[in-house]
Amino acid sequence: MLTAILALAAVALALSFVLAIAARVFAVDVDPRAEKIEEALPGANCGACGLPGCSELARRIAEGKADIDACPVGGAAVARAIAAIMGQDFAGGGVRRVAMVMCNGGDESARRRFWYNGVRDCNSAALLFGGDKSCAYGCLGLGTCAGVCPFGAIDMTGAGLAVVDPARCTGCTKCVDACPKGIIRMVPADRTIHILCSSHDKGAKTRKVCAVGCIGCMKCVKAAPEGAIAMDRNLAVVDYEAEIPPEIAGECPMKTIHVRKLDGLADLDAAAGGER
Amino acid sequence: MMGRFFGGVHPDYNKDLSRGKPIETMPVPGRLVVYLSQNLGAPSKAVVKKGDAVLKGQVIAESGGFVSTPVHAPVSGVVAAIDTFPHPVGTDLPAIVIEPDGNDRWADGCDVERDVDALSSAEIRDLVHDGGLVGMGGATFPTHVKLSPPPEKPIDVLVLNGAECEPYLSADHRMMVEHAEEILDGAALFARVIEVGRVIVGIEKNKPDAIAAMRERAAGREGFEVAALDVVYPQGAEKQLIFAVTGRRVPAGGLPMDVGVLVQNVATCRAAREAVRFNRPLIERVLTVTGRAIAEPKNLLVRVGTPFEDIVAFCGGMSGETGKIISGGPMMGVSQYSLAAAVTKGTSGIVLLRRDEVAQFVSDACIRCGRCVEACPMRLDPSTLSILVERMRFDDAGETGVNDCMECGCCAYVCPSRRPLVQHFRRAKAELRAKARKAG
Repeated sequence: MLTAILALAAVALALSFVLAIAARVFAVDVDPRAEKIEEALPGANCGACGLPGCSELARRIAEGKADIDACPVGGAAVARAIAAIMGQDFAGGGVRRVAMVMCNGGDESARRRFWYNGVRDCNSAALLFGGDKSCAYGCLGLGTCAGVCPFGAIDMTGAGLAVVDPARCTGCTKCVDACPKGIIRMVPADRTIHILCSSHDKGAKTRKVCAVGCIGCMKCVKAAPEGAIAMDRNLAVVDYEAEIPPEIAGECPMKTIHVRKLDGLADLDAAAGGER
Repeated sequence: MMGRFFGGVHPDYNKDLSRGKPIETMPVPGRLVVYLSQNLGAPSKAVVKKGDAVLKGQVIAESGGFVSTPVHAPVSGVVAAIDTFPHPVGTDLPAIVIEPDGNDRWADGCDVERDVDALSSAEIRDLVHDGGLVGMGGATFPTHVKLSPPPEKPIDVLVLNGAECEPYLSADHRMMVEHAEEILDGAALFARVIEVGRVIVGIEKNKPDAIAAMRERAAGREGFEVAALDVVYPQGAEKQLIFAVTGRRVPAGGLPMDVGVLVQNVATCRAAREAVRFNRPLIERVLTVTGRAIAEPKNLLVRVGTPFEDIVAFCGGMSGETGKIISGGPMMGVSQYSLAAAVTKGTSGIVLLRRDEVAQFVSDACIRCGRCVEACPMRLDPSTLSILVERMRFDDAGETGVNDCMECGCCAYVCPSRRPLVQHFRRAKAELRAKARKAG
């Protein structure tokens, strides 16, 4: 019995020396800043930065291989925290950008050309005649964007439209890539005037397939301040740099111009220190 | 060397509706919509513009590359518009709209008999290209490409595809009964181009009159034989047909030329005879208009570009409540949402189903019963593939062989959970194609 205890103690002692040496020889240098940066990052591992996860981005930032504001989800607040850890100045802090579905043609406004009974996924549906929506540019409403959103920021309305909640959207752009129609755009969160249509069809064709589509009449272009709204192949497009009065919505005969209320959003942004 | 391929299904054939009806020629409609995409591969390039007068057989769009064919005016008339129209394969594509002038006059040089015996192989191949020939079974692969095998892949057997395994369709069946001699004449031209001495016509046993007609005509030709095949879908799929008549297996991802075989649809053979011997390009085809929702099912000879609307009207219109209109057969065809689509070189039929015949269902989760594995003629695992696609693991689906899927629909046909398997695979293939394009 005693022999066994002594023998094991001797083996343990010998191995502890080996471990102690190994710990010195094979030590991995972890930048303590990388750990702190990882704590500062949102931790959603969404991949929006283009890297496999938050820890990889933290490592790159600590090594100086990525910018301190490389996390599109964290925005200015996280960039500021990382700047403090890295001992740098962060001068940015522009308005955060959120996703927006540029289509307001729900089932009550746009028609369905046929009854689709296939896979409940927009990409699959789009392979058959571009989907069942009468408008070739319209939201198919099967919720592929909502499915890929890591933050649950996209709601499907009962009328078959995807709507992004700007308060929950972190701007990771996953939905932008997922939409087969390419109708999700990143817009500044503080803008109120939006033209919710993506149709480049001519006015007569758009009018036939949707009650709220842009028909390219240019009334808004003329009423808005110079250059604030421009025409791009039969579609009015807002320049988000410009200030546009909300009265412009009244000019649109198709009610395509949407005035977004910022009440709740402003409170939320204020709670986050004026910026997120 | 008759073989029975793995898998397959036995759907209701429903061919009695139209198989006894002789081919009828449909009058030229008031307006023809001729798509620029008449072949698999690059779309053709329009060489006419709005307002141009065209003659029957005149080239209105030239080849867009090697894997492409010219498109000819199916009628003499005026180009009324060039615009996008719903194409029967399921997407809106550009087309040339021609309004006939009523004269139906051939262009110079067309409809003139040529001394075929004096032609060399290369000349015949060029004439096949110039005639705008594509595989008329439905795949619309340019015929001249198939006739240009690389020298390291010698071909020793020409197989004529007369299986017509799709339910409902009977166009090839009627073609073989009524035009056996012309089909074999065209096949002999193909045989000359690729220098093969053996021609086998594969026909399913449910067309005894076609087998008899083809046997009678083949008897006088050396090296020609007719093989009566088991009635099982998809007997007419290229790789399955090759195995059934020659016992050779085309490797996964391979082509028939890898095992020394060339396959041509019987209608393509007849079109080759027209194009090479008489200089009549491919501007018309035989298709079956059938189903219980059409007043009078027919086998029709129609001009390419004839709108479905006119065809349905010519067959007496729809009877009862129509639930589904399919371009092609019910297994592999594409549902149409309107009758605005027009006949292409690959439109083998229009099937109209009554509302009570169309199954509407909700699909469930895969229960791993394995019936799809037993049914898949390509020996794939549709169950696993579909789950990979649902999880958007397209790369894994690619490695599991999704690109070998020929979309025959056997798996979806037998699935007790009613899973939209083929649609999943089409999605995966589209994603993989898009990814390959992005990678350059």
